[in-house]
Amino acid sequence: MLRVLFFGRLREELGCGEIEVIADDSCRDLDALQAQLCAANGERWTRALGAANTIRALNQVMVSGNAPLADGDEVAFFPPVTGG
Amino acid sequence: MKALLEVSVQESDFDLRILQGSLLRGAAEEGGVATFTGYVRGSNDQRGVSTLLLEHYPGMTERSILAILEESAERWPLLAARVVHRVGELAPGDQIVWVGVSAAHREAAFAACEFIMDYLKTRAPFWKKERGPQGEHWVDARDSDSERAERWQAQQ
Repeated sequence: MLRVLFFGRLREELGCGEIEVIADDSCRDLDALQAQLCAANGERWTRALGAANTIRALNQVMVSGNAPLADGDEVAFFPPVTGG
Repeated sequence: MKALLEVSVQESDFDLRILQGSLLRGAAEEGGVATFTGYVRGSNDQRGVSTLLLEHYPGMTERSILAILEESAERWPLLAARVVHRVGELAPGDQIVWVGVSAAHREAAFAACEFIMDYLKTRAPFWKKERGPQGEHWVDARDSDSERAERWQAQQ
């Protein structure tokens, strides 16, 4: 399984903070996972996850670009951070 | 000696005097301590703020701040560096973040303290939501924060 988390404004827009996804070939990497989530959940998800400023993290480290996924990975989608 | 690095993410308030003392290792090596304390503003972008809600990503938050402290200790000769960041519900005037750095000389302490704060603003997974008379909304990230963080990359 993949653990997929959403935070901040994105979590609110999706009405979802966490889901589990079966780690099969349809989500072999971050881009494939995102495409699968959008296909399964429709326009609202496509817009929110596809926003130009959406950040992706893999196993609690921000990643730019695509990255391969394996069973047990933790993926997160969130807007630009505003701490401090 | 390896720098002492510590990260705390907590709902509770913090005591500045105790934190400053925690940076001193008692070896009389410290020539100076530089600290930054952030407070919740009562207004932001001309909107009144009555409550600030801070959401974070448990696990990644601590990990990403520790990575920032490790990078600061690689760049400057530090004795100790520590970050305390609050989460949950805060009010204007509340302390929200504290960065403290001790070093033998002021140059390293000042620079590392600023570096840690600039990186924390762009790399640590916190999200602020403001509540006020005009309702509630998520705070947008500022380009000026990204620019400040990028400045350090250029100096690498």
